[in-house]
Amino acid sequence: MRPAFSVILLTTLIGAGQGLFLTLFAVDAIGSLRGIPTAELRSFAVVGSVLSLCLCALGLVASFFHLGHPERAWRAAAGWRTSWLSREVVALPAFMASVAGFVMARHADSPAALWIGLGAASLAVVLFVCTGMVYVSIRIIREWASSLTVVNYALLGMASGATLAAAIAAFLDSDVKEGLVLGAMALIAAGLVTRGASLIRNARLPVKSTLQTAIGVKHPKIVQRSQGAMGGSFNTREFFHGQGADALRNALLGFLALGCVVPLVLLAFGFASAVTCSVAFSTQFVGLVAERWLFFAEARHPQNLYYQSIA
Amino acid sequence: MPLHDPIAQPLPDAQTEVKTTTCYMCACRCGIRVHLRNGEVRYIEGNPDHPLNKGVICAKGSSGIMKQYSPARLTKPLLRKAGSERGSGAYEAISWEEAFSLLEKRLGAIRATDPKKFALFTGRDQMQALTGLFARQFGTPNYAAHGGFCSVNMAAGMIYTIGGSFWEFGGPDLERSKLFFMIGTAEDHHSNPLKSALSQFKRNGGRFIAINPVRTGYAAIADEWVPIKPGTDGALLLAIIHEIIRLGLYDRAFLARYTNAGQLVNVDEASDEFGLMARNAAGDLINPLRPHNFLWWDRKQYRPVGDHTAGADPALLGAFRLQDGTPVKPAFQLLEERVRDFTPEWAAGITGIAVDTIRRLAHEMGIAARDQKIELPIAWTDWWGEEHKSIVGNPVAFHAMRGLAAHSNGFQTIRALAILMSLLGTIDRPGGFRHRAPYPRAVPPNARPPKGPQSVKPNTPLDAPPLGWPESPDDLFVDEQGSPVRIDKGFSWEHPLSAHGLMHNVITNAWRGDPYPIDTLFLFMANMAWNSSMNTSEVRQMLCDKRADGEYRIPFIVVCDTFQSETTAFADLVLPDTTYLERHDVMSMLDRPISEFEGPVDAVRVPVVPPLGECRPFQEVLVELAGRLKLPAFTAADGSRKYSSYTDLIINYETAPGSGIGFLAGWRGKDGEKSMRGEPNPRQWDMYAANNCVFHHHMPPSHQYMRNWNKGYLEWAQQVGIRRDNDPIVIHIYSEFLQRFRLAAQGRSTGRQPPNHLRKRVETYFDPLPFWYEPLEASVSDHARYPLCAVTQRPMAMYHSWDSQNAWLRQIHTHNYLFVNPATAMAAGIADGDWMWVESRWGKVRCMCRYSGAVEPGTVWTWNAIGKASGAWNLTPDANESQKGFLLNHLISEELPPDGLGHRLSNSDPITGQAAWYDVRVRIYKAAPDEPRQTSPQFEPMQPLPGVVRPKSGWRSFFAGIGGKW
Amino acid sequence: MTQLALIIDLNVCVGCHACVTNCKQWNTSGAAGPLSDLNAYGADPNGTFFNRVQTFEVGEYPGTQTVHFPKSCLHCEDPPCVPVCPTGASYKRVEDGVVLVDYDKCIGCKYCSWACPYGVREFDEQRKVMTKCTLCVDRIYNPALPERERKPSCVLACPANARLFGDIHDPESEVSRAIREQGGYQLMPELGTNPSNHYLPRRKSELRIRADQLERVDNPRLIDTLPDTTRYAPMNADYDI
Ligand SMILES: Nc1nc2c(c(=O)[nH]1)N[C@H]1C(S)=C(S)[C@@H](COP(=O)(O)OP(=O)(O)OC[C@H]3O[C@@H](n4cnc5c(=O)[nH]c(N)nc54)[C@H](O)[C@@H]3O)O[C@H]1N2
Ligand SMILES: Nc1nc2c(c(=O)[nH]1)N[C@H]1C(S)=C(S)[C@@H](COP(=O)(O)OP(=O)(O)OC[C@H]3O[C@@H](n4cnc5c(=O)[nH]c(N)nc54)[C@H](O)[C@@H]3O)O[C@H]1N2
Ligand code: SF4
Ligand code: SF4
Ligand code: SF4
Ligand code: SF4
Ligand code: SF4
Ligand SMILES: [Mo]
Repeated sequence: MRPAFSVILLTTLIGAGQGLFLTLFAVDAIGSLRGIPTAELRSFAVVGSVLSLCLCALGLVASFFHLGHPERAWRAAAGWRTSWLSREVVALPAFMASVAGFVMARHADSPAALWIGLGAASLAVVLFVCTGMVYVSIRIIREWASSLTVVNYALLGMASGATLAAAIAAFLDSDVKEGLVLGAMALIAAGLVTRGASLIRNARLPVKSTLQTAIGVKHPKIVQRSQGAMGGSFNTREFFHGQGADALRNALLGFLALGCVVPLVLLAFGFASAVTCSVAFSTQFVGLVAERWLFFAEARHPQNLYYQSIA
Repeated sequence: MPLHDPIAQPLPDAQTEVKTTTCYMCACRCGIRVHLRNGEVRYIEGNPDHPLNKGVICAKGSSGIMKQYSPARLTKPLLRKAGSERGSGAYEAISWEEAFSLLEKRLGAIRATDPKKFALFTGRDQMQALTGLFARQFGTPNYAAHGGFCSVNMAAGMIYTIGGSFWEFGGPDLERSKLFFMIGTAEDHHSNPLKSALSQFKRNGGRFIAINPVRTGYAAIADEWVPIKPGTDGALLLAIIHEIIRLGLYDRAFLARYTNAGQLVNVDEASDEFGLMARNAAGDLINPLRPHNFLWWDRKQYRPVGDHTAGADPALLGAFRLQDGTPVKPAFQLLEERVRDFTPEWAAGITGIAVDTIRRLAHEMGIAARDQKIELPIAWTDWWGEEHKSIVGNPVAFHAMRGLAAHSNGFQTIRALAILMSLLGTIDRPGGFRHRAPYPRAVPPNARPPKGPQSVKPNTPLDAPPLGWPESPDDLFVDEQGSPVRIDKGFSWEHPLSAHGLMHNVITNAWRGDPYPIDTLFLFMANMAWNSSMNTSEVRQMLCDKRADGEYRIPFIVVCDTFQSETTAFADLVLPDTTYLERHDVMSMLDRPISEFEGPVDAVRVPVVPPLGECRPFQEVLVELAGRLKLPAFTAADGSRKYSSYTDLIINYETAPGSGIGFLAGWRGKDGEKSMRGEPNPRQWDMYAANNCVFHHHMPPSHQYMRNWNKGYLEWAQQVGIRRDNDPIVIHIYSEFLQRFRLAAQGRSTGRQPPNHLRKRVETYFDPLPFWYEPLEASVSDHARYPLCAVTQRPMAMYHSWDSQNAWLRQIHTHNYLFVNPATAMAAGIADGDWMWVESRWGKVRCMCRYSGAVEPGTVWTWNAIGKASGAWNLTPDANESQKGFLLNHLISEELPPDGLGHRLSNSDPITGQAAWYDVRVRIYKAAPDEPRQTSPQFEPMQPLPGVVRPKSGWRSFFAGIGGKW
Repeated sequence: MTQLALIIDLNVCVGCHACVTNCKQWNTSGAAGPLSDLNAYGADPNGTFFNRVQTFEVGEYPGTQTVHFPKSCLHCEDPPCVPVCPTGASYKRVEDGVVLVDYDKCIGCKYCSWACPYGVREFDEQRKVMTKCTLCVDRIYNPALPERERKPSCVLACPANARLFGDIHDPESEVSRAIREQGGYQLMPELGTNPSNHYLPRRKSELRIRADQLERVDNPRLIDTLPDTTRYAPMNADYDI
């Protein structure tokens, strides 16, 4: 598939937003359960939530660039019964609204904050599921059609959110910063494992559709001579990344190095400082953009069987 | 509930209209219905009520809108700016009046002094009845259409044998056939009907065999593909004939009665009549202009008798002596002797086809023809008065086109094919080959070219049509020395039977001043600076070349085109023509109508939209010019103009005063009540327009078959003026006419003889029986250096060069590749998609390689005319057509290498002058890595001409009604 | 329940592209249009087409088969492109099974095209909506057209009559019979989309010749006695003419 930059940004940004919220809400909730005075964690919770909101809003903006008719975006809610994309479109504003509610309640130290936050957290989880399922549900793209896709979206989003949370905590010099650093490292490691698993799975995926099934001719040797349009078409643009094997390898390296190893090292040896944490987050984010690029690029769409040669 | 109603019409209040006319996105000429919305063409569909295409339409026809609204359209007459260089593209727009008076003056002066200095050559048009009339009236012999570089071998090879040919004049009866051989055909002229017929044939369970070095298009759906080395079909066909005769698989009864197989040929080497038919001095001449007093050897009485003597049966084999001792043999005997050594083993070595396959092909056709006979209960009487209760057919059909025609051995190869078809007894019979009116015609047809320089006189029409069918050396158009009179050297000893002229040599000859320089070259609908010229790069230079005195070697060039083609760049005067949707036009019985097997069909075009800008139909331009020049046929007795317009001419012109025969056969007579023949009808155009623009005369079934010898048909044909005579058209298995030229070359006849340097050539190729020889260029080429053949094919979705301005079609064929068998390419180290060179002894072209397993390894090929010159057709200079597309023509020479004495002969068939496009030999190699990723050669980009606007890039949709986004 | 579909007969398709451009011209001016083009007269021209004809080579020289392969939306019975559409713009009509896009609802997210395995949806870059073969719904129900012309324009255009149109759920229809009798098959059956359009395979006619067919008592070679051309006979025969 051709990686659409808007979709890459959309998913990485809201993923980080979701992860950030889930992390800060976990800290907030555990804190309040432990009886820590609400006021002590307030700024962390509020600043974090606002940032989460911003990330989601940025993601939302990015998503509009992907649409041919953004002014009709509201229609996208209509298909929620069958479409994960529609569900995502419903879940994202719902999540954002509940985060906004949480911010206000938390700012006012309202006791309702916990319940609103719980709702927002559940929506964040739902949103992860929706986002992942958007891809999983395209069954014909077998690289995506795996529960690992949902797990990866969730874990990588959480990991980046947690790193960002650690950075915020570090800026605020909050007591939770060390814990968050550890949490972020754990999530990064988990994400690395599950994403690694999906890479291994994808490399071993057996072929399902072939030129033989595509045109219904059983002969073992079939070559396309002409795809019917020499100047290209939507089908030659949308489903091909148009890059060589190098680009894929670089993306993978980018993900492993920037998305995992560098942040882990920075977090592990950075003394939870504001600077190292935020550098860790930035590199991690770039790494995740590479990961998301790879996610699209490695997806082999069966339609490509029909678009192999011009003449 | 959907918001967008998928059924609603987008402009419910629009004015809509449907008009019928005839397509001219190609020369097939299907009936179409053009849907107009608020005056704009919105949809073009096949007319279901049209006999040719019965409602279907092809990719080109469906893209007519994009021709109509093409930004490459010329809109104004243009004159090259004084002082500017030809080819530089500097023009000023002028008025039609200026254009006409300029032409009137120039052409008038030429006509008053030396009319042959005006040359009119036309390309892919189908209006030769009018252009030919104009040229003849003008008095110039220098006229021809594109046939000489197209398929004259097919026309001549078959017409000189069976009196008809493939192409629009006849074809395979696939409705009834059981076995079909398609040889050297990719897209064909009869494109839609052939597609329909092929599919119907296959669905009926027919067996389809394609013989072609390449498997594409039609051949794709063949049951068997027989790859063959280009230029070798003659060997294959002769070996098949060998096998058919050896096994006795021929239709003896058919041969005996309907061909000259049983006619006795003088085989007395010492006689001046050697190789000519023995004549029956006492016999009935039948037609004094073309005596039919031949002899048979009656095998029952064992003695010679007049041909077709009642009760006689000619011996087909044997050797006999006439009473005076003259040794004679039946023509068939000579054929048998001819093919005796042409064994399948011999042909296998030449064609690359396995011996078993050659044998099997022969057996399949012989057995299918013999054992699967069709009998139709249609009674008919043959010319000699025998009544037949039924029509019998041998259901084996053939079709062949330029794969045979476009080789310098094509004429003899096609004669072999026509003879094979006759051996199988498949001529004008159900399931075999069927004629289309006005064919069959005499072998050869009656028109003869003028006979010498005396025919060309100032201010006088030619005393004969500029093109015709020579029967003997006396019919050649040569001077005392035997030198050509025509600029293209047509009908000279170089190409005696060049029935369609040699358009491909006109520019070179005129440039060289050989046989003489000309003044004005008028090109209509021919892209002579590009795809229809051989040796394109040099021809482009010749067009701009100057004499020592600074004058252009070809002083004045007029181009009439609809689009900014490559050739417009070299014009001194550009005349903007209309599109086929903007003009009147006829597909006339006098010319090349669209007849069906069942009867004559002619058709018209009527305008469905007004002309763009100042475009004017060329038809009108010709009539206007003829009027201004006061050409006799266009001038009334009082000196005034006889025809006010083209439409007026079409209605009122008669072939002879009161003949009742004119351009159109339908709705003649004062009230349109007569067909084929009748007085002019002033409402004839309206009547065509009201009847789908087509006229179909249905003949009774008894006239639909065996037309060469069908008394009823022949009498009717004479009566309606399709034929001059009504004598039978006997198939020429053995061609006495060819022998006459051979005798002249051998110095054994009294009439004209070839100049010495051509004697050997004429003697060799004018063989009265078919034979195979290596194509001329190949025979003088170094096969080790140039091991491969290079050919082209027409893509179904593109017409020559003229569809690259078509926004939809060019998305299908945007550029071309050289298709190479993977084994051949890999041996040359060329990968799929690589840039490579293809080189002949004449030049080289850089292009891209595409592997294909559907091509014989000794052949490389590409689509014809996809490559374009940069900026031509108003494409942007970086368009794929010029950057990745290429033209094979740069590799093909219009002339053969000079012979020992420095004579340069056209690269054509030595008999007909048919351009030998597919003879070229090439080699291939990989392009160096540092070479530009661009085809070579490249030319200076053409700039848009005045009146032509280069469109903006970006997304656009043709939907002028709503939004007007175009 | 009706399921309209096209049946493409690969046995007779010659790859002429008539269906391609006829579809374009009908639909660009019809309810589904306009279909836009990019760089119509420049480099790499491309645009929206609902139907494309591709060419494949099967096997190796000299046994190579050239297969022309037209492809448009297959109007799947279980179309994966429909449920994924977030707006409901992609829908399958209940009455005739035609899969359509509602251009006024489509937000141009392209998601449906990802779900379609066949690469037949084309995003129109000028209108910014998803488009695809409509099975010419604006023709097949058009009361202004004579009955015999209420067929998709590609079907009417096809010179080889390689495209059949009808209801595959009606066992008596021409298309059902063709599928049944000529081995009609679906594309990528492994994906469970259950396409309505079917393809008819190549068939091969052969002529079997047995050696004894070459021997016949009425062989004309037996009529014209085998010639001895060294001897001209008769030398001084008693005949005149
Ligand atoms: N290498 C190679 N070369 C070949 C061939 C081949 O097989 N291989 N084939 C040869 C053959 S058979 C042929 S017939 C020629 C064809 O070659 P041409 O006869 O040159 O045909 P086109 O390229 O179509 O060009 C005809 C011109 O007519 C113009 N035209 C189109 N419509 C109209 C109209 O309505 N009015 C006017 N006035 N002009 C119009 C076009 O713009 C174009 O400039 O090519 C020959 N060249
Ligand atoms: N769509 C479309 N239709 C056209 C035209 C067009 O440009 N486009 N042009 C029209 C014109 S002007 C013409 S003349 C006709 C020509 O119609 P066709 O005769 O069908 O012309 P080509 O496409 O040149 O096909 C020639 C075929 O001969 C094969 N061939 C080459 N050499 C040999 C050989 O030695 N032996 C055999 N057996 N095969 C050989 C080539 O591989 C090719 O398949 O088409 C007409 N119809
Ligand atoms: S074959 Fe096509 S382009 Fe040619 S006349 Fe027929 S519809 Fe027109
Ligand atoms: S072919 Fe593709 S677009 Fe058409 S119905 Fe099936 S899945 Fe949908
Ligand atoms: S592009 Fe249009 S039709 Fe396709 S999924 Fe999006 S909204 Fe639906
Ligand atoms: S059915 Fe209509 S929309 Fe579909 S491919 Fe055919 S012409 Fe195009
Ligand atoms: S129009 Fe018919 S023959 Fe031509 S490509 Fe389409 S389906 Fe095949
Ligand atoms: Mo031609």
